[in-house]
Amino acid sequence: MENKTLKKIDLIFAGYTSTKYKVLEKTFQKTPDEIINEVLDSGLKGRGGAGFPTGLKWKFTKNQESDVKYVVCNADEGEPGTFKDREILERVPRKVFSGMAICGRAIGAKEGYLYLRGEYTYLVPSLLKEIEIFEEYSKQYNYGFKIFIRLGSGAYICGEESALFESMEGKRGEPRNKPPYPTVSGYNSKPTVINNVETFATVQVICKIGAQEYKKLGTTDSRGSKLFSVSGDTPIAGIHELELGMPLQEFVDEFGDGDTKAVQVGGASGHCVPRKQFNQTVIGFEGIPTGGSMMVFNSSRSMYNVLHDYLEFFTEESCGQCTPCRVGCQQLLKGIEAVKRGERPPSYLEDLKRLAQTMKIAAKCGLGQSVANPFNSIIDNFREEIIY
Amino acid sequence: MSKYLVNLKINNIPVSVEEGTTILDAAKQLNFKIPTLCNHPDLSIAGNCRVCVVEVKGQRLLAASCATPVSEGMEISTNSEKVRSSRKHVIELLLSEHNADCTKCYKNGNCELQELSNEYRVGDHLFLDLVRAKDKIVDISSPSIAKDDSKCIRCQRCVRTCDELQAVGALAVVHKGDHQKISTFLNKPLNEVVCTNCGQCINRCPTAALTERNYIEEVWNAINNPEIHVVVQTAPAVRVGLGEDLGLEPGHRVTGKMVAALKHLGFDSVLDTDFTADLTIMEEGTELLTRLKKALVDGEKVALPMMTSCSPGWIKFQEHIYPNLLENLSTCKSPQQMFGALAKTYYAQKKGLNPKNMISVSIMPCTAKKFECDRPEMRSSGFQDVDYVLTTRELARMIKQAGIDFEKLHDENYDSILGESTGAAVIFGATGGVMEAALRTAYEIVTGREVPFTNLNILPARGMQGVKEASVRINNVLPQWSFLEGVELNVAIAHGLANAKVLMDAVSAGTANYHFIEVMACPGGCIGGGGQPIPTSPEIRKKRADAIYSEDEHMTLRKSHENPEVQQIYKDFLHEPLGHKSHDLLHTHYKARKRY
Ligand SMILES: Cc1cc2nc3c(=O)[nH]c(=O)nc-3n(C[C@H](O)[C@H](O)[C@H](O)COP(=O)(O)O)c2cc1C
Ligand code: SF4
Repeated sequence: MENKTLKKIDLIFAGYTSTKYKVLEKTFQKTPDEIINEVLDSGLKGRGGAGFPTGLKWKFTKNQESDVKYVVCNADEGEPGTFKDREILERVPRKVFSGMAICGRAIGAKEGYLYLRGEYTYLVPSLLKEIEIFEEYSKQYNYGFKIFIRLGSGAYICGEESALFESMEGKRGEPRNKPPYPTVSGYNSKPTVINNVETFATVQVICKIGAQEYKKLGTTDSRGSKLFSVSGDTPIAGIHELELGMPLQEFVDEFGDGDTKAVQVGGASGHCVPRKQFNQTVIGFEGIPTGGSMMVFNSSRSMYNVLHDYLEFFTEESCGQCTPCRVGCQQLLKGIEAVKRGERPPSYLEDLKRLAQTMKIAAKCGLGQSVANPFNSIIDNFREEIIY
Repeated sequence: MSKYLVNLKINNIPVSVEEGTTILDAAKQLNFKIPTLCNHPDLSIAGNCRVCVVEVKGQRLLAASCATPVSEGMEISTNSEKVRSSRKHVIELLLSEHNADCTKCYKNGNCELQELSNEYRVGDHLFLDLVRAKDKIVDISSPSIAKDDSKCIRCQRCVRTCDELQAVGALAVVHKGDHQKISTFLNKPLNEVVCTNCGQCINRCPTAALTERNYIEEVWNAINNPEIHVVVQTAPAVRVGLGEDLGLEPGHRVTGKMVAALKHLGFDSVLDTDFTADLTIMEEGTELLTRLKKALVDGEKVALPMMTSCSPGWIKFQEHIYPNLLENLSTCKSPQQMFGALAKTYYAQKKGLNPKNMISVSIMPCTAKKFECDRPEMRSSGFQDVDYVLTTRELARMIKQAGIDFEKLHDENYDSILGESTGAAVIFGATGGVMEAALRTAYEIVTGREVPFTNLNILPARGMQGVKEASVRINNVLPQWSFLEGVELNVAIAHGLANAKVLMDAVSAGTANYHFIEVMACPGGCIGGGGQPIPTSPEIRKKRADAIYSEDEHMTLRKSHENPEVQQIYKDFLHEPLGHKSHDLLHTHYKARKRY
C-alpha cells in the first residue's frame, strides 16, 4: 500500500483566467492520438463512480468506424449524497465544455450533449450563456463542435449510461443489454463517449498542466485528486477536493465530529465502513472507490434506519424491468422490516444476503448489482442494530 | 457481410456458431435447454426476466443468454451452482409478486411460470408475499380481453407485441420500481383505449395476466336450456388449431372431429362460417368490380384501393388510426356477422325456428370477434346477430369438460343448410386467403376462365412475408366487362397490423397504386389469431397454414361461386349480390374513433 495522507488540492475550481478556452487552443495543436495518449498517461479513471479508464474509453470509441459519433456529459447527478457536479457546472462550466470539446476532437465527434438533472434546470440560462461563448470560440478556431443541453426528468436510473441514451432518444429510461457498450453503440446507436461532469473537467485540468504533473497526485491505481461531497454528521459539510489514496481514518479525523461510527463511501450504492475498519480502508480504486459521496454517521444514528432509507430509495428508483432488482429490492426492504418486527428469525438475514448476492450477479444494470454493497456491509457490521 | 464462425464451449462441449448468435441459440444447437420467460420467437430481445442467466468463465456477472452474443473462446456453464441458485431466486422472486392461486387460475396447466416453478421445485415460500389487493381487481371492461395485474410478471412481451407486431401501443410500461406495471394510456380501462382487441398479447402472455374474456358458462346455459335452439358456426382457422389444445401436434386438420365434438356438446345446429366466407367473396368481389366500374367507366370518385373487412381487429385499427381511410373498407360484414344475420333470418325461416328462441354462437380463432358481435350495428336480424363468441381455446376447454375423447371421435359432417363450403372459404384462415379466393371468383366472372395459376393455387398470395404484392393482367374479358380489358389488377396483402401500417402509410401518401388490399390483424392471418392455442411461433403458424392449404386441396369445390348453398340463397332469398336484402343483412358501416 502506498502511504498517502489526506491532502487538500485545488485544481478543479482553480485558475479561471480571463483568456477563455486557452487550454483548447493549446490542446488542439495535438493529434487525436496524442490527446488520447495524454489522457491514458494521466491514469484518469471515470469520476462518475464506475471508474473505467477514461483514455481507454476514448480510444475504443475513436477506433470505431462511424460517420457520426457523440460526446455525452452525464450531469444527472442522482447518487444520494453527491452534489459536486452541480458545483462544477455552476462555477467552472468552461472546463466541462473544454473537456467535451477535447473528447470530440479525440474521437471524431461533432456534437456534445450535456444531460442535466431535472432539478438543476435553474442552471440552464447560465450554461446556455457559456455555450454561446464556447461556440464563438469554436467558430473562430474552426473547431466545428456544438454543445446541446438535454434535461432529465427526475429518475435516478437515467444516470445509468444506457438508460440515459434511451431517455435522450425520447424513450422510457430503461438500461439496455450489454454488450454492445456505448463505445460501440450509444446515443442513437452510434459510438458514444459518456463521461461524468467531473471527468470532463479533469480532462481540462490534465491538458492544462500535463499528464506528468497530474500523475504526481494519487496512487498507481488512483491517479490524481477528486471532489468529495461530504455530508452527514460533520461540522464541515460541503465539497472538498482531496488527493486520492488516503486512509479513511485521516478523512474521519478531518471531517468527523469526533463521534463517527461509520462512513458510507460512494453513496447509497456504495459501501458502509464501520469505525473498526477506518484504519485499513483506502479511499481509491484499490480500496473503496467513490463517485465522491462521503456520508458520515455518528453514534446517534440507527444503522437500521440508514439501511432502510437506502432500500426504500432503491425500491422506488429501480427502473423495474428486471426481476432481481425490481422484486429483490422490495424483498430486502420488507425482509429487514420483518426481521425487525420479529416476524422472521434473525437467520433470515442470511437468506437476504444470498438474495443480494444474486442481485449482484444477475441484475441487468449497475443499480441492481450494487444494492448488495450497502446491504451486506451494513448487515455484516451492524447486525445487532438490524435485529433489535 | 460474411458471417464468421465463433468457437466456444458450452458445458465443456465445443461448438462453432455464426457470429452474432446468442448464447441461448448456441446452447439450443447442443440441445441444452435454458429456461426463458421474457424471450419470444416473434419479438425483439428484452433480457429483463433474468431466468436465462448463464455463467461465463472469467466474468463476474452472469450473462442473460437470450441477450448476449457469443464471442471467441467463451466457456459457458448453463447449470453451475451460481446459475442454479440465481435462477431459483429469480423464479422465487417472480412468484412472490405473482398471485399464485394456480388451482383456481384460468391458465392452470398452460402457464410458463407454473412450469418453471414446478421444474425448480420452489415451494418453500422463502420470500414475502408482495401481491397487492388492488392488483387483483381484474379489468373486464373489454368484451374481448381480461387484464389481471396480479398475475403479471412484467416480462413486457405484451408491450412488445402491441408495439412491434401490431404498431398499436395500447399497452405500455408505466411507473418505476415497486410501482412499475403494464398499463394503458392514463391507466384507462381497456375498452376506452386504442386496443384493437386482436388478442396477440394474450397469445404471448406467459401467465394469466392477459386472457380472453370467456363465455363458456353462458354457452353451457344456452345449450342446457331446452327452449333454446343453439346454432354454432366455426371459422376456417379453428379446424387447424383446435387439435393443439387437445393433445395433437400443430398442423392437424380436425374438421370432422370438431363437428362431431360440437354435436356431442349439444349444439342444435352445427354450421360453418366457411359458408359465409364464400358469400363474402360474392358480395365483396361484386363490390370491387362495381367500384372499378365506377372509377374506370363512370369517372366517379370512389374510394380505391378497396380493403377487406373480415378482420375486426383490423377494422378497429382503421377506425382509430386511419379514420380518413374508412371509405376504402369494403362494406361487407365479416363472415361471422353475415352468418349471424342469416342464422336468425334465412336459417330460422327455412327451419321454422323463432329467432327469439335462438342463441347464435360462433367459434373463432379470434378475440376481436367478441367485440365485433357486441357492436350496435350487428343487429340486422332484429336481435343480436351473434350472441356469444368462443375462441378455439374455449371450445377445447368445453370439449375437455364434457369428457370427450377427441382423438377417438369419428368424423361427422356439418348440418345443412349453411354448412356447405368450398376450398376458397377454407383459405380465409391464412394470410392472403381472402385475396386468393376473391381472385379465383372475380377473374372467372370477368373472363369466363379460371385464374391462370396452376391448380388454382395463387402462390404469390401465400406465405409469411409481412407484405405481399401481386398483379394480374385481365385479358379477353366477357363483353359486359369490356372496361376491364387489359387492366392490370394490383393487389397487396398484409398480416399483423405493423405491416398493415406500412401499406396504409403508402396509401395515405398516395404512393401506392393498388386496387385491392387484404389485411388480417394477426400475424399469419386467422391461423395466428388471438384466440388460437398458446403457444404461437413462426413454425407453429406455418404448420397451421400448411394444413389450411391442404384442406383446400382436398375439397371438391374450390371456388366460392360454385358453392351450391350460396347459389341457393341468392335464388331463394338474397336475389343478387349487393341487392336490397344483402344491403340490409350483409353490409355495414364504420365509425371514426379517437386515438387517445
Ligand atoms: C443506477 C446508476 C446511476 C448512475 N448515475 C450516474 C450519475 O448520476 N452521474 C454519472 O456521472 N454517472 C452515473 N452512473 C454511471 C454511468 O453509468 C457511467 O458509468 C458514467 O457516466 C461514466 O462516466 P465516467 O466514466 O466519467 O465515470 C450511474 C450508474 C448507475 C448504474
Ligand atoms: S437492475 Fe434495476 S434498474 Fe437496472 S435494469 Fe434491472 S430493474 Fe432496472
